[in-house]
Amino acid sequence: MNDHDAPIHEKNSHEFPIHETLGDSLAQQGISRRAFLKFCTAMASLMALPPGTATAIAEALVKAKRPSVIWLSFQECTGCTESLTRSYSPTLENMIFNMISLDYHHTLQAASGYGAEKSREDAMKNFFGKYLLVVDGSIPMNNGGVYSTIAGRTNLDLLHEVAKGAAAIIAVGTCASFGGIPNAKPNPTGAVAVSDIIKDKPIINISGCPPIPAVITGVLAHYLTFGGLPELDDLGRPKSFYGETIHDRCYRRPFYDQGKFAKTFDDEGARNGWCLFELGCKGPVTHNACATTKWNGGTSFPIESGHGCLGCSEPHFWDAGSFYSALSMPASPLKYVAGAAVAGAAAGVAVSIGNRIKKGTAKSAHQKATIEDLEK
Amino acid sequence: MKPQTIPIYTQTEADYSVGNIRALLTEIAARLERLANDGTSASIDLNSLPFAPGEYERLRHALGKGEVSAHIEAIGPSEITETRYPGVWWVTHYNVEGDIVADMLEITTAPEILSSQPDDIRSGLALLHIQLKEEVQQ
Ligand code: SF4
Ligand code: SF4
Repeated sequence: MNDHDAPIHEKNSHEFPIHETLGDSLAQQGISRRAFLKFCTAMASLMALPPGTATAIAEALVKAKRPSVIWLSFQECTGCTESLTRSYSPTLENMIFNMISLDYHHTLQAASGYGAEKSREDAMKNFFGKYLLVVDGSIPMNNGGVYSTIAGRTNLDLLHEVAKGAAAIIAVGTCASFGGIPNAKPNPTGAVAVSDIIKDKPIINISGCPPIPAVITGVLAHYLTFGGLPELDDLGRPKSFYGETIHDRCYRRPFYDQGKFAKTFDDEGARNGWCLFELGCKGPVTHNACATTKWNGGTSFPIESGHGCLGCSEPHFWDAGSFYSALSMPASPLKYVAGAAVAGAAAGVAVSIGNRIKKGTAKSAHQKATIEDLEK
Repeated sequence: MKPQTIPIYTQTEADYSVGNIRALLTEIAARLERLANDGTSASIDLNSLPFAPGEYERLRHALGKGEVSAHIEAIGPSEITETRYPGVWWVTHYNVEGDIVADMLEITTAPEILSSQPDDIRSGLALLHIQLKEEVQQ
């Protein structure tokens, strides 16, 4: 299948989309079981499951029915869809569309206008109570939600309607998960997260700005393999990807533990690859998988390129002070040293002294990773 | 341009070590001991380990190459090599674009991915029967 809209046009004589099992759809395309086992090995690695589980995942996935997916894009920049379609997963174009039947996605589908809206309505009718709803973007609430509309209807209205028949909702990106950048002060459109509006459906938040592409594939694989949503943290994010902080898995962590910090972006410490904590790294309070899953097909992640983590997968990261001021307390939610806007050299010095005092706290607040941890 | 084609030169100075390799080799030794004693296989997912720049290459160097290396073509290539230490296999799966999608050390007598899969055997057998029929007709 090389056409994104193929599932939309896959109709039988009753004009209903065909939702055969994933195994059938693999067989039709001549994908061998060994190739599929390899895909599942990659998925197991992604989901942080023991490598030996790949065979079990393959067995479950082959029998799984492909769920109908309706994807709604609200107040967003399309970065999340960009991230997903640039995903490095094995022939993602094939695999992700093999795993689901994407019945509506207004950026990817070929249908437009009334035809597009009809495919959404058909999927809602035929798979009521069973389809997955994916949302990217926040929902504006001010002035009746007029700031973002699709086919003349507000996002708020559409969300209420489509959520009704959804088995579960996947909020992709920090905007859909927590309000994100549209929700940043002064929030002119009154942007909110999906979970602020929908209260009676299971919601899974895949935060990140954008989220790591492979995480959404991993969540879908989990849904199909285990028939439900993965275990979530207190912010509704899957623990297998957001269970640890960037700091927990950061390769610069030994320098943090030794108290070796870069003070500017071009000093000797920076050149030696020392910890970026004092340059504003939000790794200690940011839960995401960047440090191990990495970006651009596993090439690297921001800290590897010498820049601290911005905290993009946490609520209100945009309003949490400067990206370049050091955290006040490593183990607490996003909180920053009071008045430590690094405006000049003097302020910079104050920050590093403050941090040196707090380093003791930082050290005791974090346990060292053991080999068992590393191997998880 | 693909990210993989950007030339990145990793610095591997002797003093730039955060100690991951030693820890990993110790772990491998413990797993290999179990394989030798009671045949228990294990795998270590390299994608989940926080390597410092240069450490991955150093691990490759430390484990070296053994007698067996195999290549699989299944939605992209896979490279399977037995390291210098029999029973320790390095299994790397790539996608069609050449990105690594899974990278693991398997401590086992032979990695599972090398075996023919029962479903593939059955569909292969069906094909062989068709070919046999054609041969008979000719
Ligand atoms: S503070 Fe940032 S750079 Fe330093 S160890 Fe933690 S995550 Fe890595
Ligand atoms: S390193 Fe931090 S800011 Fe960068 S993508 Fe990962 S979580 Fe977001």
